[in-house]
Amino acid sequence: MSDTHAQTVRFVRQEMMPERAPPIREAGAVKWLRENLFSSWLNAILTLVSLYAVYYILSHVLPWMVFGIWDANSLTECRAVRDELYGENASVACWAVLADRWQQLMFGFYPSEFYWRPVLAVVVFLVALGPILFSGFPRQAIWFSAASPFLMYLLLWGGTIWGPLVVIVGFVIGVVAFQLLAKVAGNIVGGLASIILPILFWLFAAGPLASALAAALPIGLTFVPSDDFGGFMLSFIIGIAGITLSLPLGILLALGRQSDLFIINKVSVAFIEIIRGVPLIVWLFTASLLLNYFLPPGTNFDLMLRVIIMVTFFASAYIAEVVRGGLAALPRGQYEAADALGLDYAKSMRLIILPQALKISIPGIVNTFIGLFKDTTLVVFIGLLDPIGLSNAIRATTDWNGIYWELFVFIGLLFFICCFGMGRYSLWLERKLQTGHR
Amino acid sequence: MTDAATNVAEREIDRTQMQVSDEVAIQVENMNKWFGTFHVLRDIDLTVYRGERIVVCGPSGSGKSTLIRCINRLEEHQQGKIVVDGIELTSDLKNIDKVRSEVGMVFQHFNLFPHLTILENCTLAPIWVRKTPKREAEEIAMHFLEKVKIPEQALKYPGQLSGGQQQRVAIARSLCMKPRIMLFDEPTSALDPEMIKEVLDTMIELAEEGMTMICVTHEMGFAQAVANRVIFMDAGQIVEQNEPKEFFNNPQSDRTKLFLSQILGH
Repeated sequence: MSDTHAQTVRFVRQEMMPERAPPIREAGAVKWLRENLFSSWLNAILTLVSLYAVYYILSHVLPWMVFGIWDANSLTECRAVRDELYGENASVACWAVLADRWQQLMFGFYPSEFYWRPVLAVVVFLVALGPILFSGFPRQAIWFSAASPFLMYLLLWGGTIWGPLVVIVGFVIGVVAFQLLAKVAGNIVGGLASIILPILFWLFAAGPLASALAAALPIGLTFVPSDDFGGFMLSFIIGIAGITLSLPLGILLALGRQSDLFIINKVSVAFIEIIRGVPLIVWLFTASLLLNYFLPPGTNFDLMLRVIIMVTFFASAYIAEVVRGGLAALPRGQYEAADALGLDYAKSMRLIILPQALKISIPGIVNTFIGLFKDTTLVVFIGLLDPIGLSNAIRATTDWNGIYWELFVFIGLLFFICCFGMGRYSLWLERKLQTGHR
Repeated sequence: MTDAATNVAEREIDRTQMQVSDEVAIQVENMNKWFGTFHVLRDIDLTVYRGERIVVCGPSGSGKSTLIRCINRLEEHQQGKIVVDGIELTSDLKNIDKVRSEVGMVFQHFNLFPHLTILENCTLAPIWVRKTPKREAEEIAMHFLEKVKIPEQALKYPGQLSGGQQQRVAIARSLCMKPRIMLFDEPTSALDPEMIKEVLDTMIELAEEGMTMICVTHEMGFAQAVANRVIFMDAGQIVEQNEPKEFFNNPQSDRTKLFLSQILGH
């Protein structure tokens, strides 16, 4: 047996083969069609059925959308225009409701002479977002981002410039206190002082100081109360404030839950479990109704602010758990290597652990953000006029009684664009932070 | 004995700077450690003088890794005293960080930071712990990357390097802190045979420069070539220690004899 094939086993190639193109059936569009749509008879039939289904839906929805009527002042007028253009009972959208109530859907009852303020606030927001979301901006730009919340507050609510400025002073006091005391008395004393001193300042000194300054130099914008806020402006304010505040709070809670310090650990666990274990709507009702019982009589604690705090707490409990997952996914060796190099806790977290843990947690974090943003529509139940609340109000008017598809399609589309954008950004960021397999 | 030395360079080792001084670098006195109720380290007494190259060997679970991890307080000891470079290790965080910045450590699984480039891995601790200016830290880092013979990889990420290269970066990263003592925790155990040699060569060069080193390793060739003392541990205790020649050729305890016959006998 062993010797019989000696002749056929021996082989030496004399000439190397050049590269050839694959057969036409195996390349390009033909291959794709064959593999994905017509790989067997059953699949071919399913493809055709699906194509018909897609055609059927689009053939009804597209004309309804595209031929929709934009120019009318009420639903009756809209129907009259439709009957004239396309015949009795033709199925077309009446987008006129959006055109007619556009400003209300966007700004609620914000005074119309000040519409430029929210618009400018959006511009400030987009500019401030640049240095945070994308690299490649000059370093100083981050200071604008840091100042932007105060600027946006001033633009949206107005009042004197001294309110936001005094709040900034509180932060400065915190930073200075930490820098001075951390060197003399250690990080723990410095850290405590940097929390307690600003709070004392805000509680006792900030109010009188701001009013004194305002009396001396009344510079500012006309004040607009929160009750006038509404529409997408309201959703965006609650959503954006909740997102920006819940991320740092969530990270702190996640670190707290991992901490060896007994009290910090237990407080974090209790906070997370209690906040997460109760429906958001319950917290919103708590914010709007119950909180008044606990606050001293006469305090006027803005409802929107209360809602923002509740939404922030709620999202941060979720973020904390997502980040904890990221922290747990890191190999112990990363913690040990950071320790072995002599980095203290704060530095090892900031430079080594969190950058990696947050990268792992990006999908979960953005998922929570998207959820938070959509959950802002729940504020309709406590009487805030978000887009859903406004659409209910609009449908209750005699002009637009009986319309609903157009409004809800529009609201859904706007939310979809925002959430889809966040999802795309998270994918982009994940790919950007990819640094090869570990 | 000859076959165990295969991974070590054939070249002559330069011993001019390998000198043990009288200065004590590490002093471990009657140290005990428990994991829960399990007594991992029992009455450890060890004095390491500056310039010593100590190889710690022993079966797995004998406590040798735990011992060197106690020296930079990655593990806490419950009894006894550890003094490193004149600083006693207690629960005082300031002292711990000071000791850690003087003691370099190389791990079995490299533990490079995957989100930073090789250069950033090397400059991170000098910049943030030593407050070295960035430019200067980068110069130091490049110097040590050249020393471990991979300066051309400086801008890559750890994930793009081979195991041996990663371990050499890990050594360079420790050296950038200009440590006075280096601890090696099985630095070649996770490497392919081809790569073990390049890492050992780097460690030998370090020994030639007079670095105080404690290496937990199974590379007996390395122990013979470089170490001035070999410590054998079993069941959390130091069973035997001696000069390498004596240790390998004339082991005293039965446990040592058994261990040596098992790792060298085939």
